[in-house]
Amino acid sequence: MTEHSASLLSVSHLDVTYQVRGQDRLALGDVSFEIGRGESYGLVGESGSGKSTVALALMRYLPKNGRVSAGTVRINDQDPLALGGAALRALRAKTVSMVYQEPLRALNPSLRVGKQVAEAFAVTGLAKDEAAAGAEQMLRKVQISDPGRVMQRYPHELSGGMAQRVVIAMALASDPSLLILDEPTTALDATVEAEVLDLISALRTEFSTSVLFISHNLAVIAKMCDRVGVLYAGELVEEGGAQKVFDNPRHPYTVGLLRCIPRGGQRKDRGRLDTIPGFLPTPGHGLTGCVFAARCALAQDQCRAAEPPLIDIGGGRTSRCYFHEQAPDLPRATPAEVAASAELGQEPLVVIQGLSKTFKGGVRALAGVDLSVRKGETLGLVGESGSGKTTLARVLLGLTAPDQGAVITLDGASLAPDVRRRDRDELRKLQIVFQNPDSALNRRHSIRSLISRPLVRLAGLGGQQLQQRLTELVTSVRLEERHLALHPAQLSGGLKQRVAIARAFGSGPSVVVCDEPTSALDVSVQAAILNLLADLQVGERTTYVFISHDLGLVRYLSDRIVVLYLGRIMEVGPAETVFSGPHHPYTEALLSAVPSLDGVHPERIKLTGEIPSAANPPSGCVFHTRCPRRLSTGECESTEPPLHEGETGHQIRCHIPLAELRKVPVPTSGGSK
Amino acid sequence: MTVEAGAEVAVSVPRLKAEPTRWGLLLRRPTFLTGAAVVLFWIVCALFGHLIASYSPLSQQLLGTNAAPSATHWFGTDNLGRDILARVIVGSREILIVTPLATLLGTVLGTVLGLAMGYFAGLFDTLVGRVVEAVLAFPSVIVSFLFIVALGPSVPTLILVIGLIFAPLIARTVRSSVLTERHLDYIASARLLGEKPARIMFAEILPNVMPSILVEFTVRLGYAIFTVATLSFLGFGIQPPTADWGADIAYANQNNALISGYWWQVLFPALAIASLVVAINLITDAIEQVLAS
Repeated sequence: MTEHSASLLSVSHLDVTYQVRGQDRLALGDVSFEIGRGESYGLVGESGSGKSTVALALMRYLPKNGRVSAGTVRINDQDPLALGGAALRALRAKTVSMVYQEPLRALNPSLRVGKQVAEAFAVTGLAKDEAAAGAEQMLRKVQISDPGRVMQRYPHELSGGMAQRVVIAMALASDPSLLILDEPTTALDATVEAEVLDLISALRTEFSTSVLFISHNLAVIAKMCDRVGVLYAGELVEEGGAQKVFDNPRHPYTVGLLRCIPRGGQRKDRGRLDTIPGFLPTPGHGLTGCVFAARCALAQDQCRAAEPPLIDIGGGRTSRCYFHEQAPDLPRATPAEVAASAELGQEPLVVIQGLSKTFKGGVRALAGVDLSVRKGETLGLVGESGSGKTTLARVLLGLTAPDQGAVITLDGASLAPDVRRRDRDELRKLQIVFQNPDSALNRRHSIRSLISRPLVRLAGLGGQQLQQRLTELVTSVRLEERHLALHPAQLSGGLKQRVAIARAFGSGPSVVVCDEPTSALDVSVQAAILNLLADLQVGERTTYVFISHDLGLVRYLSDRIVVLYLGRIMEVGPAETVFSGPHHPYTEALLSAVPSLDGVHPERIKLTGEIPSAANPPSGCVFHTRCPRRLSTGECESTEPPLHEGETGHQIRCHIPLAELRKVPVPTSGGSK
Repeated sequence: MTVEAGAEVAVSVPRLKAEPTRWGLLLRRPTFLTGAAVVLFWIVCALFGHLIASYSPLSQQLLGTNAAPSATHWFGTDNLGRDILARVIVGSREILIVTPLATLLGTVLGTVLGLAMGYFAGLFDTLVGRVVEAVLAFPSVIVSFLFIVALGPSVPTLILVIGLIFAPLIARTVRSSVLTERHLDYIASARLLGEKPARIMFAEILPNVMPSILVEFTVRLGYAIFTVATLSFLGFGIQPPTADWGADIAYANQNNALISGYWWQVLFPALAIASLVVAINLITDAIEQVLAS
């Protein structure tokens, strides 16, 4: 703490308006918070809540049509809103640094890394050689093992995790008092994310920097922050100690948001996720009452009449809700009961044998995959990017041809490797829900034609029958008739994904591949989509191949899980067994990389090094280069381990016997934040 | 399936954007309005030129040859005493028939070719791509000469020749737009419905690349006007005595109009060509800006 004031950053009653088509729209309303010296503060909220606007306003980086229309900001006893050009540049160069979501877009692609990092030192007034020395030292501090070599490279030669370390090194060059991190790990894989988060924690202690951490991911905030502010529609609705807020939320929005996330072993057959009904109000909504009233089950006339103030609820916490005491008992928006789950068939529906896929340049995306999926089952595919998840799905669908020798059967009949050679019935049975509905739905077609095309094309419907089935389908994905006349751009992300689901289900498929179907969506929308997928499965006994990088989602939805690494199956088994162990060392590392909301942060199993190139995979066990449990006998380097059979269909590809893998358990206690 | 009354969707209506349409945005641009007004003026001249002009473009007045602009002949007369104003007005007809049709032909051919190159990619793209480049390697005016000499100068020949020359250029633009669409998931989605390539190209991809085709069409239209005027000037285009801007400049030139100080015989047809090309470029710019916004 210093002489002037306790807080490094203080924002009070901040309003930001954007001028859109001649009209002022309020994007932030009455936002106040403080960050103490050395404190880490999290801002959490869904897209459109105004998180990034806060950061932009602090740095005076608002776009031309945006302005701070009320309120004050003080950083280190300076008012960035009142500073002139030179002083503002000095503030940005020396006091505040910012790290963005996409490291590769934050780096200049045509400058060598060393030069860029050195530049960040040069603006603080260092001479050229001092700056270069500083850059090298800082790169070492962000745990880049060979800074000399990395400095000679261009940004595109770095992996995402490495590039984000470089950006962090640049941000720390000026030894800033405040570091703003805007979704710094959202674009990274789970294991890389965990490493970067650990790095940020370590650096924060070393540099005693204050941190403003912006994220949509509540668990990341829970792990990284001392205090948290929950932002909704441009207003801070709840604030307090991070763990207190997540353990015992006191605003209906926070309560709802937390209920949307599957956790604590929640599964689709034991209870549906709760959702938040309705939509975020548009900026400049001009609401007089509480911004959340329209979606809140606790809302009374009082809430709609006047905006509640931030109410002090004790323990350093505030909530912008008249009924904050009842908030934890918010009635569910979606009933928890699930329909009786479908019987899993015993006979395999899809069988894949000896599947390999080699792309040009010898990149082996898949190597010798054997797999079977039963009727009505959800098979979860897990792995980091580059593990072959998506390639496997595309091969199954016939969009990518596998190498010679692969056999794929559906219902006992062999499938042609190319989608063009598959007949109408085979096409009908295999469909997909893509990750991004903006890419998957033709933006020039109406919703009606998008949904009816599979009905016409694959189900052969027409006239009255077509209309009837269309109405049925629209109702079952919870769209409305009026949506049919619209185009995709006129719908929100969640509604677009419903259209994509209706399209996939239109033909009455027996297998639907879901390729990260919710990763482009907000948490509250994600829950509704997951419920919908679970409901549709019960009704139609559809088989899902569910691809996701989010282990919580996979656990919620899957019956069986396949863990892929460099195109090879490392572990396969019933979902509960895969989560309870014994684990493959890779699965173990993946599981321990996931930040938790529960305030328990066990010591992480760290993976060293980067994912090797699929064009030149390591010898023996492909995981040995990063494996924390590598045997000293050299067996791992020399021979590829077989799949060891455990209990009921649980298989692990590892030289270490199952009993041994079980014996050394995942460390469950120890470190916390 | 469960039909539970949409707990997750209900409550409020998603925002429908009440934004002006692209057409509405276009009509707000002064550049577009100016360009459109000029083009419209020339279209009216092409359709009703004979009624507008006070003289016939062909009637010779051998007593009033090479007359400077005056109250009776606003744009002066040529060496046969024909009224330049009448010839400029009526001269818009042929060029406004030939250029849109030729550009349309080139655009249609180029679009089909470009869609196929972009969609099928691979060997087809490589082979056709080389042919296209070979065609582009020849100066277009030289290629037109060859065809016109072989087929004889006439309006249909001009349309055909210019259309064929433009097609490869347009094909390349369309191909590159198709390549950016090709990796989008809606194409994979259509293939999973068993759609035929023709349907994927024309019903799925074409509507999405239409904006760039529209821009390409207007750009090419401007070039077509230059090309026709050039060919006419060189005597390979529209043939005398039909009134035509390019041919009239050539005719004046043959009679040493500029050396003799009869500047009006060259200036007014040239201004006519310039006005049409500039107007079309204004329209193109406006369309591009609206599409980019």
